[in-house]
Amino acid sequence: MSTTTTQPATDAAEFNMREEGSRLMKEWYARLSTANERKAPVANVFVMGNAVEILRTFDFELVFPEINSLQTGVRKTSQEYISLSEDYGYSPDVCSYVKADVGLILKENEHPAGLIPKADLAVSSNMCGTFIKWAEIWERWLKTPVFVLDLPGQRAAGWQARPGDAQHAADTRWIEAQFKDLIEKCEKITGKRFDMDRLAEVEERVNKQVDHWNNVMALNQNVPAPYNAMLDGLTYIGIMNVHRGTEEGVEFMRRLEAHTRAKVARGEGRVAEERFRLLFSGTPCYVSMRRLVELFETWGGVFAYSDYLTFAAGGMDAADMRYDTSRPLESLAEVTAMAAHRGLSNQFFAHERLAQQIKDYAVDGIVFHGIKSCRFVSSGMADTREFLNKRLDIPTLYIESDLIDPRYWSDAQIKNRVDAFFEALQQRAGGAPLSRSKTVSA
Amino acid sequence: MNAQVAYDHEAELTTVLERCNAAARDYNIPSKSELPEGYIGTLGHFPVYFPEEIVHAAKLLPVNILGGGNKLELKYADARMGSFICSICRSTTELGLNGTLGDMAGFVTHPICDAAKHLAGIWARNLPDQLSQILYLPQNVNSPGAARYIASEYQRLRGEIEKKIGHTIGDEAIRNSIQIYNVNRRLLRELYRIRRDEPWKVSCTEAYLLMRARTRIPCEEHNALLSRALDAIRHRSLPAQDKPRIVFVGGFCEQPPIEMLEAMDDNCYIVDDDLLVGLRWFTEDVPETGDPIWALAESYIVRSEASPVQHDENKPKEGYLLDMVKNAKADGAILTAAKFCEPGLDEQIAWSKHFDAENIPYLVLEFEEKMTSFEQMAMQVETFAESLLFAIA
Ligand code: SF4
Ligand code: SF4
Repeated sequence: MSTTTTQPATDAAEFNMREEGSRLMKEWYARLSTANERKAPVANVFVMGNAVEILRTFDFELVFPEINSLQTGVRKTSQEYISLSEDYGYSPDVCSYVKADVGLILKENEHPAGLIPKADLAVSSNMCGTFIKWAEIWERWLKTPVFVLDLPGQRAAGWQARPGDAQHAADTRWIEAQFKDLIEKCEKITGKRFDMDRLAEVEERVNKQVDHWNNVMALNQNVPAPYNAMLDGLTYIGIMNVHRGTEEGVEFMRRLEAHTRAKVARGEGRVAEERFRLLFSGTPCYVSMRRLVELFETWGGVFAYSDYLTFAAGGMDAADMRYDTSRPLESLAEVTAMAAHRGLSNQFFAHERLAQQIKDYAVDGIVFHGIKSCRFVSSGMADTREFLNKRLDIPTLYIESDLIDPRYWSDAQIKNRVDAFFEALQQRAGGAPLSRSKTVSA
Repeated sequence: MNAQVAYDHEAELTTVLERCNAAARDYNIPSKSELPEGYIGTLGHFPVYFPEEIVHAAKLLPVNILGGGNKLELKYADARMGSFICSICRSTTELGLNGTLGDMAGFVTHPICDAAKHLAGIWARNLPDQLSQILYLPQNVNSPGAARYIASEYQRLRGEIEKKIGHTIGDEAIRNSIQIYNVNRRLLRELYRIRRDEPWKVSCTEAYLLMRARTRIPCEEHNALLSRALDAIRHRSLPAQDKPRIVFVGGFCEQPPIEMLEAMDDNCYIVDDDLLVGLRWFTEDVPETGDPIWALAESYIVRSEASPVQHDENKPKEGYLLDMVKNAKADGAILTAAKFCEPGLDEQIAWSKHFDAENIPYLVLEFEEKMTSFEQMAMQVETFAESLLFAIA
């Protein structure tokens, strides 16, 4: 993992991550609700594989439909949106994010967080196949112009494509050609000329943000882990997406890093007594996330890392995501090619990434969370689990619910499975609570 | 002196259909000892489209892995792939794990959906000796540079196969394969023309079996069989029946069981469909001169069909479906989706809403390759067909 110089934790103490995160999210939604009125250009983007850096140079207000959908879950209103779309005709087997968004269209964009503006452009990507079908709904129904950013991904197990390789060069060339095409489209939509210097400025900010992000991720290699990757981590990731490349985003991540460092220096963990370090693989269950984490934390189990933080942050922690701002567009394409490969499309070869993360975060077990309607995450999960179980002799737990559909959360059943998992882990550890501490310099 | 035997077109068609039926319904792949002459192995590929010519030029038999149909029992896949994944992915996994596909040199899948992409990881983890790859066919074919990128992917695939077989694949060999496949494409276009113009001469099931045979036999042999079949079909003089003309969609990836096609044939003339659309992806011949990789790559974009799993702003989804209905002078459509197929299910709803707006009658059906009971579905099709006949009368 990359590291940057330690910054003095001056304002670490007064930083309340949750309040600050919630303030930034609120501000973002408030801006969105007036975007159409203000005649600001609006773009729908996905968290995996977008061109936010370019869109920011055109002052697009960014709508993240995935975040809108998950927010209906967090705010316990998802059922209403999902039901509307199922009544309209969508199958229960369709991704629940898509259905919540269709519900939003049917409710004329009234979201619990505010009014969602009508988009002038949608940038979809091939990173999850459903993104494309989802964007086609806007294309067909709302007549939103759709640009599918096609990112070449990991083609096989053990795949290597690094800067300097012919393969990386070919992939980069294709991505850059698409960026140029997208820029032309943005120019037409906004009536503004593309400004390369502004792209460099946005990239400069993203560089800083990613440095902090990587450090924050690495700080959880410490024992005890200072935060829970599947609770606190979800707030971090929200800000990383919504505020990618903004001053506020950089500031949030800077303060977060300082705050986390201070916690590590104090030897303070997320759970009072950390007994088991776990890796979470899959997507959250936003309707019941607190409950899920509680089931683990009462056993002293902390999620030290989650591959969700990798793919849902667009692969930023996995791709040497450092832009060369002296050649902003080429560099954007180069980094995007790597992020698509190392951070996102390696989901299809998840055993490789997880094997590395098991080592990096010194975890005692993996929790797989399967989601029926998210085939991007779940299709290879059972096989990956079997593989890791056998090859690495690592204990695993499989639980199933949904991202936001409350009908799939079965509390008693999940609790039973979690308890049984910890009992097995405890036996494996010889029955005694684990007591250890490790300090990693990030 | 040999007595001249009269040409019996029905007998001829039966012979060809028997051969095609055997090939089409078999999920096994030819073992090394069963390989057709001149072939050194097999290379499996997933639907929808795959550039078979490159594999054919390597003297590997391209086999389209279309799942296990409704006779395969899942023993291993249940534990490796959730019940919420489409049948074709689950049964393909089963065939990989139970050894049926063990002889293949490799297996190539595509970014048609996420379940399909995961097959590459499953293959890599369980059949590590095979070349297991995702061929990244782009989901943006409209930006400049798309053809160049496809060409680079094809070159990459060519290089991987060369490494696997230990020798190079020459341009001339690929051009030769393109020629052979162009013949096949012409024959398939003719088969579909007859379906549109004189649907009483060949049923959807017959045409499907004829076409699907290409997934297990060399293209050269398939060309010969198709030629014979087309001759025989042209000789048929069956009377046109009172059945509605229907377009069938939803068969682009997972395949509906034959019994389902038969139930439709019983009640309708299926005058066009998207069954195995990847096998007839090109709407015209691929250029037979010049750089063959470029010819294939460019053709993928400029002379190609549409499908729910290919985003192309020049081929809006309702646009191509309405064209199918119009060109086939269809009275309505059967809009299907494979169970748990996200792209299919998303498409189905958009299509049906559009048909509502356009006042085109349709029937919505969901299928699974592993279905074994068809009575209810047959009844739905019959009712739909009858309602159309009344409407037309
Ligand atoms: S299928 Fe999964 S990754 Fe794709 S949009 Fe839905 S929730 Fe997101
Ligand atoms: S049937 Fe649908 S979900 Fe299944 S592999 Fe094909 S396109 Fe993907």
